[in-house]
Amino acid sequence: MESGLLLAGILFMLGLISVLIRRNIIFMLISVEIMLNAAGLAFIVAGSHWAQPDGQVMFIFILTMAAAEVSVGLALILQIYHRLKTLDSDAANLMRG
Amino acid sequence: MAHYLWLILAFPFAGAIVLLLAGPRLSRAVAAVIGAGSIGLSAVAAIAVALEFSTARPNPTFYHQVLWNWFDVAGFSPSIALHLDALSLVFVLVITFVGFLIHLYSTEFMADDEDFSRFFACMNLFVGAMLVLVLADNLLLLYLGWEGVGLCSNLLIGFWYKNPANGYAARKAFIVTRVGDTAMMIGLFMLFQQFGTLHIQQIAEQAAQVWPVGSPVALTVALLLLGGAVGKSAQLPLQTWLPDAMAGPSPVSALIHAATMVTAGVYLITRMHVVFELAPVAQATVAVIGALTLLIAGCSALTQNDLKRVLAYSTISQIGYMFLALGLGAWSAGIFHFMIHAFFKALLFLGAGVVIQALHHEHDMTRMGGLRHKMPVVFWTFLIGSASLAALPLVTAGFYSKDQILWLSFAGERGSLGLYAAALVGAFITSVYTFRMVFITFFGESKTPIVHYPGSRMTLPLVVLAVLSLVGGFIELPHNLAQFTLFSNFLRPVLPDVVVKPNYDELEWIMQLVAAAVSLSGIYVAYVFYLKSPALVQSLERSGPAMALHRFWHAGWGFDALYDALLVRPYVFLANLNRRDVIDRFYTLLTDLAQSLHGLLAQTQNGVLRNYLTGIALGAAAILTLSILL
Repeated sequence: MESGLLLAGILFMLGLISVLIRRNIIFMLISVEIMLNAAGLAFIVAGSHWAQPDGQVMFIFILTMAAAEVSVGLALILQIYHRLKTLDSDAANLMRG
Repeated sequence: MAHYLWLILAFPFAGAIVLLLAGPRLSRAVAAVIGAGSIGLSAVAAIAVALEFSTARPNPTFYHQVLWNWFDVAGFSPSIALHLDALSLVFVLVITFVGFLIHLYSTEFMADDEDFSRFFACMNLFVGAMLVLVLADNLLLLYLGWEGVGLCSNLLIGFWYKNPANGYAARKAFIVTRVGDTAMMIGLFMLFQQFGTLHIQQIAEQAAQVWPVGSPVALTVALLLLGGAVGKSAQLPLQTWLPDAMAGPSPVSALIHAATMVTAGVYLITRMHVVFELAPVAQATVAVIGALTLLIAGCSALTQNDLKRVLAYSTISQIGYMFLALGLGAWSAGIFHFMIHAFFKALLFLGAGVVIQALHHEHDMTRMGGLRHKMPVVFWTFLIGSASLAALPLVTAGFYSKDQILWLSFAGERGSLGLYAAALVGAFITSVYTFRMVFITFFGESKTPIVHYPGSRMTLPLVVLAVLSLVGGFIELPHNLAQFTLFSNFLRPVLPDVVVKPNYDELEWIMQLVAAAVSLSGIYVAYVFYLKSPALVQSLERSGPAMALHRFWHAGWGFDALYDALLVRPYVFLANLNRRDVIDRFYTLLTDLAQSLHGLLAQTQNGVLRNYLTGIALGAAAILTLSILL
């Protein structure tokens, strides 16, 4: 139980740190996926601990949402590349206040 | 027909709305038809209602029409309701009929002005507001019309707004009358506090039961209402705005002086006569103010060279006669003089407008002259108006209305020798300055070439008003000439009769002869000084004291300078002292703070995605930490 949650926490932090330090948008997207998977792992561990199916239900939700998120995200990345000819997220600051 | 009463009001307002919304897109002809036509229709409706009112049997004392409830707050629910009795009917007829003639005249007078439709919109609104004032059944609605009239006077006096002096005159008229309005508003508050209503009829019924004669509350209320009347009617000490109000076009002056604005004060006092009769001191004050004003304004009129300023001071003086009559309790005599004055003063202003336009906007009488043969219609109508103003005996309407006031100021119950003397001297001054104006303007040799002759739309109102100035007086004859008192009989249900001192009846002949002699001798003096031997005037002007007096009178007895030194300058000085408002500084600080914070926060909107993410992550961490710790 504890080791499972610890693994989920470490994975989540790794994902968060890499979102924050990466500049390449594709890598940022992958890092978000890692964070989502870490959250899913935490749900599975909790579900198996209390012998409840809710954790698995939530994981399927997360899986579905991740698929939708990736498709939208990839479409956005394609657009950004098309417009800016780069995948550097710092370059996409045209809408600053 | 009584339920068509609202139409009298509806036409001018409808005209004003159409002209305001669609004015610039309408052609001049259409705008003129709407502008003058709406007042014409209103006059027709007024005449129809008047016929119905005076022929209905049994004779009604008033018509009442509730249009809708204005609002309802804590038991105070004033309604938009019309009340028509003999008094308001006289005013409505004068306002719509004389107003229509002035509008008709304006369609030609203003024909070349670029703001043609705006002019008529304001004029219609002016007439509409005045009609609200005289038809209101409660004092709140009356006050709405009262302020509407003030607003329209501001709009019209400053009509040629491109000249800063006109804007100054408009502001002066607005602010000076507002001083009186404030007094009146406090009076209305006191009335409401006393009676719990502002309905005029209810106040009139309850006042005598609530207040004993001479009670201090009644006195205060009457004096506060008098303050309002003094402001609007340009009486002492708030008369200074009217001469400057000549900055507006001539038809505007005619409308302000004859049919609207300045007569509002006369109406207010007459309408609230119950309150004034319960406060004899206030009523005596009305008479004294009237007597003083007619003397002061008459002397100023003697010295003016601007044709319209002579007429302006003359109006102040004639309204002084009306106030004198009201102060004497001679209510119907005051209203009679109001009506006759409306005829001849509108005539004089419209005639002056023709002259001024004919001489290419020359206002100075000393540069006119010799117009007698060149503009015969204008000359004869102007002469009739002047004769009426000077109260030429027997033939003019002005004689009958003014003689009544003169007689009652002597023989009336509240009359006194002092008031009579003032009225008599005023009558003499009136005929001197009136015929001084006529002789300088129309006689002698011509000094300025005529560039414009009036058309039929300008001469027709002059002729109609001239006829009224002659025959208008025959509806009310003095008792000793004939027992014919149509006008005061008509007003009797609304206004109480004046009581004449006993055993004075035989004197009326002598008084009339004196009044006639005074009027004729005034004309003769003007003839000697300004036509026969002008050298007399010049030698008089060379002497020092006469010159100083002339300057003093010309400046309106120094009232402007006095107010300037007493009120305007200290106020401007204080305003300059506090140029950067102390209290404003706090609020300026507040806005500066908000703006700098905004600047700081705007820095964070830099469009760098990772910064936003860092913000989100730190925020989430902070919230989690707090929720665990607390």
